[in-house]
Amino acid sequence: MSDQKVVEKLKAKFFAEILDVVEFRGETTVTVKKERIVDICTFMRDNFGYNLLCDLCGVDYMGQSPRFMVVYNLYNIPTKQRIRIKAPVDELDANIDTVSTVWGTANWHERECWDLLGIKFNNHPDLRRILMPADWEGHPLRKDYPVQGPDREPYQGRLS
Amino acid sequence: MAANTSETMTINMGPQHPSTHGVLQLILELDGEIVQKATPHIGFLHRGIEKLSEHRTYHQIIPLTDRLDYLAPMSNNLGYVLAVEKLLGITDEIPERVQRIRVIMAELTRLKSHLVWLACHALDIGAMTVFLYCFRERECITDIYEKVSGARMTSNYFRVGGLADDLPDGLEGEIRTFAESIPAHVEEYEGLLTGNKIWQKRTIGVGKISAEAAVDIGITGPALRASGVDWDLRRDNPYSGYEDYDFEVPVRQGCDTFDRYRVRLDEMRQSARIVLQALDKLKPGPILADCPKIVLPPKQEVVSNIESLIHHFKIVTEGFHPEPGEIYQSVEAPKGELGFYLISDGSAHPFRMKIRPPSFVNLQGLPQMVEGKLLADVIAVIGTLDIVLGEIDR
Repeated sequence: MSDQKVVEKLKAKFFAEILDVVEFRGETTVTVKKERIVDICTFMRDNFGYNLLCDLCGVDYMGQSPRFMVVYNLYNIPTKQRIRIKAPVDELDANIDTVSTVWGTANWHERECWDLLGIKFNNHPDLRRILMPADWEGHPLRKDYPVQGPDREPYQGRLS
Repeated sequence: MAANTSETMTINMGPQHPSTHGVLQLILELDGEIVQKATPHIGFLHRGIEKLSEHRTYHQIIPLTDRLDYLAPMSNNLGYVLAVEKLLGITDEIPERVQRIRVIMAELTRLKSHLVWLACHALDIGAMTVFLYCFRERECITDIYEKVSGARMTSNYFRVGGLADDLPDGLEGEIRTFAESIPAHVEEYEGLLTGNKIWQKRTIGVGKISAEAAVDIGITGPALRASGVDWDLRRDNPYSGYEDYDFEVPVRQGCDTFDRYRVRLDEMRQSARIVLQALDKLKPGPILADCPKIVLPPKQEVVSNIESLIHHFKIVTEGFHPEPGEIYQSVEAPKGELGFYLISDGSAHPFRMKIRPPSFVNLQGLPQMVEGKLLADVIAVIGTLDIVLGEIDR
């Protein structure tokens, strides 16, 4: 099934949830509202066979509203197809439902997203920091977090 | 003395422990010798590569990627440059010679990574000789690395749009001799291990994971293929001209440590085959794409041609500006699917670079592979997952 067909069927089922569909370099990205993300992901897995969640990550679009985006890169092992789902998340209400019930692999990816960007995943079985120490303050991948780390002079060398 | 079976003991394995292959910490809850619960703790080697890359130009990120999976640096470089080339839309401009050399180096890297894996895995389980044999062969690959890139481990040979330099004279013959020797060497390792009763006892039925569970937890690469899932990105979503080569994707149904071992050994034979085919198809030609605004010009031209000097200056000081957009590109790294998700906002730095490291995801499968099993099996399972902490922690 081509990407267009998948998007068409997804639109037929979740018309009110789809915000945007973009194609770039042959890859399809569907932006959806965050409220029914679990239903949409379950639908993608069960109806179209996207059985592998390759990657899940957050992106910080500081200065825009909503500020964050949670990105799901899906893969269909039988048909070798990829598709990308994105869901915007607001800064003041930085949370989204976990998809670790849909793909077990989301567990650690979501922990990483929480750790580095501070997006909470509702109903997550074990939402702890994963890469940073447990007592770390702040979320390093946010755009307002200094690259040299907190309480340090910016590096004046070749870092442009 | 009455045994108190209701009591469990918590032991701390790592982060400084030779068989955790780096700085992995496992908190193990033991009932006697049985592991009740295993909790991995990672992040001890976190260097913030994704954050750093948001502040560097696209070319400056290549040396950071070698530090992900430092046992397979060229695979990481390949994944990254392919991602940037896709973002720029110059995938079709890459000269044939570049693609062939990239495939040769990527397959040598697979051999290099698998040799270290086999060496350490066997050493962990108690077979010392294999370690020495594997490192003997690995040395040949590090020598080849040194000749092409100047570095033995953190090579930095691929560039966006091409290669840093052509292969030095005489190296093709050296690579061919080495690749031709691989099947005999693999035979030798198999002779030491496959029929070995101790090896079999330590690996058969150990660390089982079914195909469904493996896909659910996101395991990729040889570990997935040993659970019976026939999927290899080189064949199924070919990149860098892999569709031109004739090779098999080894798949086994055992789902255990022994079959993961056999899949990787078969992969080594296939890698040698691909290297030889690529050498046969290798023809003289340019080693850089014809995209002067993106690709660094050859050094000779920089000193003799004003246009090239300007391009060189612009690319080094400012970088290039891909059009806004986002792409995901993945390659079949020795450990599994290595993906780069790049977002460009039109500036000279990536707006966001997310690395999908295969080891990070594969390690997630460890608790379900060891819980309810013996403590000694934890060592075997860490070995069989072939994790590299540089990549897990980034």
